[in-house]
Amino acid sequence: MLFDLLATSVKLVFFLAVFLAAITPLMVWVERRFAGLIQDRPGPNRLGPLGLFQPIADVGKFFFKEDVMPAAADKLLYLLAPVLAVLPALSTFVFIPFGPAVEVGDRVVPLVVSNANAGVLLFLALSSLAVYSLVLAGYGSNNKYSLIGGIRASAQLISYELAMTLAVVAVLIPVSSEAGSFRLTEVVAYQQGHLWNVIPQLLGFFVFLVAMFAETNRLPFDLPEAESELVAGFHTEYSAMRFAAFFMSEYVNMTTLSALCATLYFGGWDLFGFPEWAAAALAGLFGPLWLWMGLVGMAVLVAKTGVFLLLFVWVRWTFPRFRYDQLMRLGWKVLLPLSLLNVLFVSAMTLAGVY
Amino acid sequence: MIETAIFLLFALLAVGSALVVVLHRNPVYSTMSLVVTLVSLAVLFVLLGAPFIAALQILIYTGAIVVLFLFVVMLLNIGREEIGQHGGMLQKVLAGVGALVLLGMVGSASWGLYGGAVAKPLDEDFVSLTTLASELFSSYLLTFELVGLLLLVAVIAATVLAARPRSGERVEQEVEVAAGPAAGPGPVTATTGDAVLPREGVR
Repeated sequence: MLFDLLATSVKLVFFLAVFLAAITPLMVWVERRFAGLIQDRPGPNRLGPLGLFQPIADVGKFFFKEDVMPAAADKLLYLLAPVLAVLPALSTFVFIPFGPAVEVGDRVVPLVVSNANAGVLLFLALSSLAVYSLVLAGYGSNNKYSLIGGIRASAQLISYELAMTLAVVAVLIPVSSEAGSFRLTEVVAYQQGHLWNVIPQLLGFFVFLVAMFAETNRLPFDLPEAESELVAGFHTEYSAMRFAAFFMSEYVNMTTLSALCATLYFGGWDLFGFPEWAAAALAGLFGPLWLWMGLVGMAVLVAKTGVFLLLFVWVRWTFPRFRYDQLMRLGWKVLLPLSLLNVLFVSAMTLAGVY
Repeated sequence: MIETAIFLLFALLAVGSALVVVLHRNPVYSTMSLVVTLVSLAVLFVLLGAPFIAALQILIYTGAIVVLFLFVVMLLNIGREEIGQHGGMLQKVLAGVGALVLLGMVGSASWGLYGGAVAKPLDEDFVSLTTLASELFSSYLLTFELVGLLLLVAVIAATVLAARPRSGERVEQEVEVAAGPAAGPGPVTATTGDAVLPREGVR
């Protein structure tokens, strides 16, 4: 009992440190430098080597800015919204596995914070709660631009969640018919025995990818903030750390969804047996095997997640925004039928024994 | 011990927030309380050993249906309910008596069914996904399909009601959007922008 508690907290702290504390400020820097690269200008390059200390300065700025609350705001909802943005963003990563089950002493510990049977569903369920923060921020601010942003967010997130969930279901069908369970650790184990899911589930992967952009409100789909139409959309009235909370939850959501995408379609922490091999070699030098296994698995997962994060940034500075009716048409008339077709196709292939 | 504490906490939270849903005068607060109720129920499902149902509860009800409620409440700009808007003394008394009678009936019925019996923990098989699926597609197949048909009819009806008329008078945009995104809510922003500002009841 005590050992389990300890193991879970160690994994939790480890994941928090690697993924959230390190990746979010780093991503801010990457985003701005990448924008500079694409727009043929340097980007932030003054503070520290290559401007790497810029995020630290940004955080300091957020701490010392004045925190303004509109007099006409609905105070409770206005204050609640940033909290609701951060909570689901910080809790979903517990379902992402970052290594195989390892032996610590005489116990077997799976390298995932929560190996719940319905882990993927809980992931989607928790991330679907994020919509309330946008809607309440829009309503609580008592500002028409904020309200329009909030209303846009509610319809957009529901529309794309459906296609995304169906894409995930298609991944789980062959896994559960083989392993009898659809834990995310089983999804990774399945891909160790077969091709990476991205090949047999190419259609589902593209649906998931597009839905991923829409769910994180990133640019082709950033209509809830749409700075050229709505000032700053749902967070128009937020300043200082409350604004930073929205900012951070956007990056954390991007990170966890990228990690889920890597886990579902690109083998998760595994890289053709490389992590086991590297961990064994490193453990031969010094240190216990389970520690190296966790570190190497995490490094591979972070590398794969990083590829998707770069894609997020690249797309943001390359594509223009959708119009709202185009967004709805894409979600309901293209992605939803495609994902349904994909589920049918994968089910038939699983029954026929091809997958 | 810990489980009992968690159960008590979330049971009270579920009942309390359900009361807020009914009693609060601002519909946005009522809707948000409904979210708290549903999440508390999901926690109770986990305590019963049915995490799958808990996940579905949050995914479908909290994550989608209540969001639509909120969407409609905000889009139609329903203000705070006025005090003393309806119902006289007689109505209040009758409502109270009716509630007591209902409570008594449900209470005595459930006491007759379960009174004194020690609750047996649900076994793994009963709540497992496999059992659920095979029951749904064998014993309850007809019901399952009929419910699916009913939902399909409802969707078609909503689409027909919301569809833009070919000629004649213009239907108000709000109706079209509220019926669901399937109807293609193009000009949402155009209509809501002006209708929103004179909102009473926020302060």
